[in-house]
Amino acid sequence: MAVIKTNDLTYTYPGATKPSIEKVSLTINKGDFVILTGPSGCGKTTLCRCFNGLVPHFYNGKLEGTLTVAGLDVAEHQIYELARHVGLVFQNPENQLFALSVEKDVAFGLENFAMPREEMRKRVEWALKMAGISELAERPPHELSGGQQQRVAIASVLAMQPDIMILDEPTSFLDPLGAEKIFEVINDLNKKLGITTILVEHRLDLAAKYANHVIVMDNGKVALTGSPREIFSSEEARLIGVGIPKATKLYQHLKKNGVELKSVPVTTEEAANLLREVLKNA
Amino acid sequence: MSVFEGFKFRKVSSVVHNLDPRVKFFFVLVLFVMAVLFTNFLALLVLFLVPLPFVFVAKVNRQWLRSLRGAALLAIFIFATNFIFGYFYPTSLSGITQPVDTLFEYVVLLERSVAMTLRFVVLISSFSVFFLTTSPDHLGLALQQSHVPYEFCFAFTTAVRFVPVLADEAQTIMDAQKARGLELERGNLFKRVRNYIPILIPLIVNAIRRSLELAESMESRAWGASKKRTNLYELKLKRADYVLVVISVLMLICAVYVWLFVPVPSLTTLLSL
Amino acid sequence: MLEVKDLFYAYPTGLEALKGINLTVDDGEFLAVMGQNGAGKTTLVKHFNGLLKPTSGEVLVDGVSTRDVSVAKLARTVGFVFQNPDHQLFSESVEEEIAFALKNFGFEETVIEKQVTWALNLLDVLEYRKTSPFMLSGGERKRVALASILAWDPNVIILDEPTIGQDHQQKEKLQQFILQLNAQKKTVVVVTHDVEFVAECNPRVILMRQGKVLVDGKAEKILTDPELLLQASIVPPQITQIFLELADFGLPTDVIDVHVATKVLLNRLRGQS
Repeated sequence: MAVIKTNDLTYTYPGATKPSIEKVSLTINKGDFVILTGPSGCGKTTLCRCFNGLVPHFYNGKLEGTLTVAGLDVAEHQIYELARHVGLVFQNPENQLFALSVEKDVAFGLENFAMPREEMRKRVEWALKMAGISELAERPPHELSGGQQQRVAIASVLAMQPDIMILDEPTSFLDPLGAEKIFEVINDLNKKLGITTILVEHRLDLAAKYANHVIVMDNGKVALTGSPREIFSSEEARLIGVGIPKATKLYQHLKKNGVELKSVPVTTEEAANLLREVLKNA
Repeated sequence: MSVFEGFKFRKVSSVVHNLDPRVKFFFVLVLFVMAVLFTNFLALLVLFLVPLPFVFVAKVNRQWLRSLRGAALLAIFIFATNFIFGYFYPTSLSGITQPVDTLFEYVVLLERSVAMTLRFVVLISSFSVFFLTTSPDHLGLALQQSHVPYEFCFAFTTAVRFVPVLADEAQTIMDAQKARGLELERGNLFKRVRNYIPILIPLIVNAIRRSLELAESMESRAWGASKKRTNLYELKLKRADYVLVVISVLMLICAVYVWLFVPVPSLTTLLSL
Repeated sequence: MLEVKDLFYAYPTGLEALKGINLTVDDGEFLAVMGQNGAGKTTLVKHFNGLLKPTSGEVLVDGVSTRDVSVAKLARTVGFVFQNPDHQLFSESVEEEIAFALKNFGFEETVIEKQVTWALNLLDVLEYRKTSPFMLSGGERKRVALASILAWDPNVIILDEPTIGQDHQQKEKLQQFILQLNAQKKTVVVVTHDVEFVAECNPRVILMRQGKVLVDGKAEKILTDPELLLQASIVPPQITQIFLELADFGLPTDVIDVHVATKVLLNRLRGQS
């Protein structure tokens, strides 16, 4: 079932001479884990802003085409209405936490919905638990590490129980282990709660294994869309400059030299297993 | 990083910290009124002593001393003006009508000037106790529950939240420009002011960018969804708060009574008896 | 040559960031400083151009203690590229931005003109010469920031987290550029936790943890030791992970690069079939 559907979506920022996204038509299904990637400035972030109504309501500008998110026409509904369905987590954790304690930050959206205090308390505790940061509830956000801060940001979006969660390069400031923990939290939410997940990411090495759908954008347009395997092994993806996982790269190098593995690996485990077979038979 | 450490707020818990900020503010206000009522040295000395237990219970003595030290220059100024004015216009001093010349009159003038200085110190001291023991989020909450518009309270807590962040950022920018050969302390006054341009511009540009991101994030989390938003925290008066309210009211009543009916002797007359 | 002798550093808050570092970086070396956020990586490299001075111990740049020289002087030898270009860009045009440091160092007009053009070409931003740096994209701003350091041709170049926020192609460009600098006998020190980036460059690596150097050696030695990496909050490169899984086939376990990996596998498969 489609939870996001766009048709010929074109958007131009106020004062810009050319559109940032152009004729984007795509469908994202309920429960999908989507990786949205492409070179800097390709329109990924703008597309994310469309999904929760920041475009056009916050940024103004000119939006053409149709966009339905969780059954709502984005052009017709305010950002706060969409916020019940779509949560957006940004790249820099520092600029999306504004309270003086973690729990207060997580409660921010619920306070805006005027949720009664008792219920809010429960919801906040649940969100903190899901993000694995219950013990940080009363800490001031600025004393936390980047990884912890980003988990607070996830919890604060999760508290609103959205159907869709969009994360715009959530790990670019984190060390690899911190990044991996974030991806695991996101994956858990996707698999256990069925939250449709859209992850904007350059570091596909780490993120690829969680996704079932990859969208590659280039110059404001959707260039490629399909399963991770299809996309990573395609010549187009390489030409656009997608950072193909090393496991897939190794597959390609071997293939070029006449050794073809049975299928295209995306993760290191898959690559190791495929190689194991070849090595055994050799 | 170093210079700005002092700006950072910390969560501390003590009996005084946990008092309702509104009650604490009322207490400070009472002290304020009393300090204005009295010009007498002994009365002001008592007023100075009243908030001291709070300072020690809350263990903020070092910060408290620092704020007093910060006010020292102004205190000296107040003392000096009072003394000089008292000398040239003695009529303003009770009990002295002729030019100040006897030793006794000098002492009266001195006591009077010290009292006026002490009054200022009492004000500074009690307000600093309030701010040193009230966490910013409590203060924001108190504002909100006192029907100050939410936008204002939000702006206040967010500002507090970003002080350490901006301070760190300023330090990084300074380092980045120093690494490109900028020497802040070089040149005459005009040149020195100009030296700060490469620091101020990135700081401002980044602050604007940051606030835009902040706004985006707030919007995404349903800012403005309902007219009357709720709040995770609520300030409720506890027993200690009621006790402080009673103490404050009693203090005020006593003070007004004394002010009306009991002449407080000056130290000079007391000693010359 | 950079020499670090028994370096301890504590921030004015008392936080001990470096606890006894000994390190020598020879001319023309390529060093990656890796480790968890907060391990002291940036604190360490800020000693190389004197932005921080040792609490105890010594840092020598070409034999001169950083204590005895100003940052502006040291910067002539040691260029420091900060992580975020927005922490340094402030000029009206790219050209002026690049000339900033040269003016601070007191170069002559003609030399400045020549060096600016050279740096613009080097980083492929010549077309933006008259453009405001604030109008450029993230990747371009990064290159302008880099050009503004390389303009004075320092012998040592420090890059703090150069790959953060860069997309795949930008990263690849940056990588080639850094390798090229190193090939021109520049000493390059990179602070990073980007394993794949380090795996592709294969420099000397020091792994830091809690203010100490955990281990010092070639990338292919260190990045293939999962237990060691875990202590520094780093995961092995993907290729290494694959080869570690295949260890029971007697394949080498110190492979970090995809090209080497391909060669090893082909040799093995062809050798036996």
